[in-house]
Amino acid sequence: MSATTIVSLPDQATARLPKTNYLNNKHGLLSWLLTADHKRIGILYLLSITFFFFIGGAFAGLIRLELLTPQPDLVASDTYNKFFTMHGIVMIFLFLVPSVPAALGNFLVPIMIGAKDLAFPKINLLSWYLYMTAGLFTLATLVLGGVDTGWTFTTPLSTHYLNTHVMTTAIGIFIAGFSSIFTGLNFIVTIHRMRAPGMTWFRMPLFIWSNYAASLLMVLGTPVLAIAIVLVALERTLNIGVFDPAKGGDPLLFQHLFWFYSHPAVYIMILPGMGVISEVMSTFSRKRVFGYTAVAFSSVAIALFGFFVWAHHMFIMGVSNYSALVFSLLTMLVAVPSAIKIFNWAFTMQKGSITFETPMLYAFGFIGLFTIGGLTGVFLGSLGMDVHLTETYFVVAHFHFVMVGGMLMAFLAGVHFWWPKITGRMYPESLSKLAAVVTFVGFNLTFLPQFVLGYLGMPRRYAAYPAEFQVLNVMSTAGATVLGVGYMLPLIYLGWSLKYGAIAGNNPWQATGLEWQIQSPPLTENFLETPIVTQEAYDYEWLEEKMKHEVTHVG
Amino acid sequence: MGISPVLWHFLVKWLHSSALFPAEASTIAPYTDALYFFLIGMTIVGTLLVGVLVVFFSIRYRKEKNPVATQVEGSTLLEATWTIIPLAIFLVTFVWGALLYFRIFNPPANAMNIYVVGKQWMWKAEHPGGQHEINALHIPAGKPVQLTMISQDVFHSFSIPDFRVKREVIPGRYSTVWFQATTPGTYHIFCTQYCGTLHAGMIGEVTVLEPKDYEKWLQESTSGMSLAQNGERLFASMGCNACHTGNAAARGPNLAGVYGTKLTLANGSQVLVNEAYLRDAILNPSEHITAGYAPIMPTYQGQISEDGLIDLVEYIKNMQSNDRVHQTLMTSEGDQAAPKTPVAGTTQER
Repeated sequence: MSATTIVSLPDQATARLPKTNYLNNKHGLLSWLLTADHKRIGILYLLSITFFFFIGGAFAGLIRLELLTPQPDLVASDTYNKFFTMHGIVMIFLFLVPSVPAALGNFLVPIMIGAKDLAFPKINLLSWYLYMTAGLFTLATLVLGGVDTGWTFTTPLSTHYLNTHVMTTAIGIFIAGFSSIFTGLNFIVTIHRMRAPGMTWFRMPLFIWSNYAASLLMVLGTPVLAIAIVLVALERTLNIGVFDPAKGGDPLLFQHLFWFYSHPAVYIMILPGMGVISEVMSTFSRKRVFGYTAVAFSSVAIALFGFFVWAHHMFIMGVSNYSALVFSLLTMLVAVPSAIKIFNWAFTMQKGSITFETPMLYAFGFIGLFTIGGLTGVFLGSLGMDVHLTETYFVVAHFHFVMVGGMLMAFLAGVHFWWPKITGRMYPESLSKLAAVVTFVGFNLTFLPQFVLGYLGMPRRYAAYPAEFQVLNVMSTAGATVLGVGYMLPLIYLGWSLKYGAIAGNNPWQATGLEWQIQSPPLTENFLETPIVTQEAYDYEWLEEKMKHEVTHVG
Repeated sequence: MGISPVLWHFLVKWLHSSALFPAEASTIAPYTDALYFFLIGMTIVGTLLVGVLVVFFSIRYRKEKNPVATQVEGSTLLEATWTIIPLAIFLVTFVWGALLYFRIFNPPANAMNIYVVGKQWMWKAEHPGGQHEINALHIPAGKPVQLTMISQDVFHSFSIPDFRVKREVIPGRYSTVWFQATTPGTYHIFCTQYCGTLHAGMIGEVTVLEPKDYEKWLQESTSGMSLAQNGERLFASMGCNACHTGNAAARGPNLAGVYGTKLTLANGSQVLVNEAYLRDAILNPSEHITAGYAPIMPTYQGQISEDGLIDLVEYIKNMQSNDRVHQTLMTSEGDQAAPKTPVAGTTQER
């Protein structure tokens, strides 16, 4: 360990993992599959979303490989269409939406507010089973021969013109939606009802605030997706005609219903990630988050505004000019709370005592990439600019910057940050820093050229393209290779650390927060006695005072 | 914006020759590009600002330099600053973008009209003079052109990047886009809305010609029948002229000169008669009963193709008087009447 590090590891010669913890108090596969422990369910989620992430990633690799040349020479057009559909569906519904809330949130939300479990442990388990069922349907689609609707299921293409496995996928997404609703419901009730004594709303960690805001979106938004999917299914099977102009239906109605969920879904993905960044920035700067209240309220503001911007996906679809104006204005407004957060994070570092551990590096990556992702979103919210840019690679680059550059960086920051708490062990320091850097470089190489491609006019979802776009596509594919390496590295060394990693101890980062006051890995009950909270979330003065006392006691 | 126009001119020239920017081939393009450069500037400044802050704090307040953190609550003044400044910039972007949007989608009154039908997987353009083209579009330079577009199957989206215009092509309704090309040459037409298997193959080429070359092209590619003439034939063969005779006693309203007027419907509401209304009135007549007429018109849903509807609409648009209706009516009534009038007795013997 270098001199700058704040990691405080127990003496490795004598250190052992705690004798009893949530991982070893019961044995056997059934004890996992029937568990009601939120931490074990978090682990189940972590394993399954990792699995789906690499499936989605494999499709991403195939897409980039196909785009290496202008001709569709790796695969035919319809196979390519199935690739990007699978990539989108798996990444959105099976990775991005559940990643932080269902994996990290499940593990941490009860601990961070001082509760023994979530409000409805069995519903929590059910939500994992629903998620897995959704995953099985998606995998079944894959085995049966795929689907080529794109993840947006645009009608009437999906209802009348495609003969692939639209129904299996639709059922999968419908079920995944319920998993999401249950998780959101569980979080809302838990955060309202089960906070430890003294854990007031404004003493809650910002991770809890952001998960709370995201849960509101899950509960209120997801049913609309379910309705849209049911209507697609009915249109496909019974030909009811709600989206069919020949029967008096309106194909634009589907767009409204779909984006009413799918725009807020972006915030379901990004808000919990923002919570992770708040925790990490504060811990490694050893300071409370700058303007805690503003950051907390900006999460709620993003959630509320997030419901009123969906039609910005339809500026060129013939919505009236005046409704386009309103939706453009609201889109500009929703960008403001994000900007507030970025500056608050940066100023959290001011007058801090900063160290550069792996989670901090990922958080820097997040801030940089999310800033670019957010600002390029302003291009698309601006009406006249959107006309030229929408449906091109500019959009592809923009949302990958937000969701992959932002969300995935935040997820990796969170996984590294809480890895010692979850497993009780540390990961290899230099390798993990290398992975963070490789990911950042690979990401920029992959997606920066796509902004240029987009302004040049290269449309999305093209298996083949005019030859003049090739140079930039080759750059992008090369970057994707580097990015792939960046993602494989953590998989390898985190797996390695499970057995060989140094024992972490209770609070390796010397962080505040209830989760760091208990043993690593935690007991099944989390706390032996209900904690009483007397200080606010990021009170480092209190922590240092406390540690000084502990040192004097030992001395 | 503080930059000298000459310098700006050279900057833009250089950028467009650098292969990082598409050609500026329409009157809209320079406006879109100006906003684009502003937004790129905003992104670079914003990202640099955040980057500089993070790097500066990382160096200034790293643990070696600053072993003990000083706790700071926050600062209302600072937070107000970084709320109000981004808000102001975003509002400027909003207004600028909105002005551009209205410029892009409000066609000048003198625009010439070309119809476009999108189908899996081709663009079919129909010029009023009857010229048809597939995955190609010929237009004159320096003249505003409006496209009236419809899809025959799924959503498509008509995009010409070098013109900076794009519009969704939707089943069941006409959408329009206009542009005025500035530089002769050929440019890509892309379908940018995913439309199924050969989405990537739905690429066309727009050829911008000097006006006199365009006239020549029109002459050479004429099919002999204009859209309106095709429409007239269809009008007669579908029996439309039996009711829309233009007479006072007719069962259907007079269609001459109806295009562009305000029509009062049976339910009292007023509608503007445009292409979309005409198309819809043919397909869903029961929802568009003109005041004073009985709801007896049958639907033509499923009986006319989108191309046919375009012909009919174009015919009705161009109908300025009832003379032609009367002529065709006489002929068709004459046909029907012929057997009833035993002039020479020869017809009965046959």
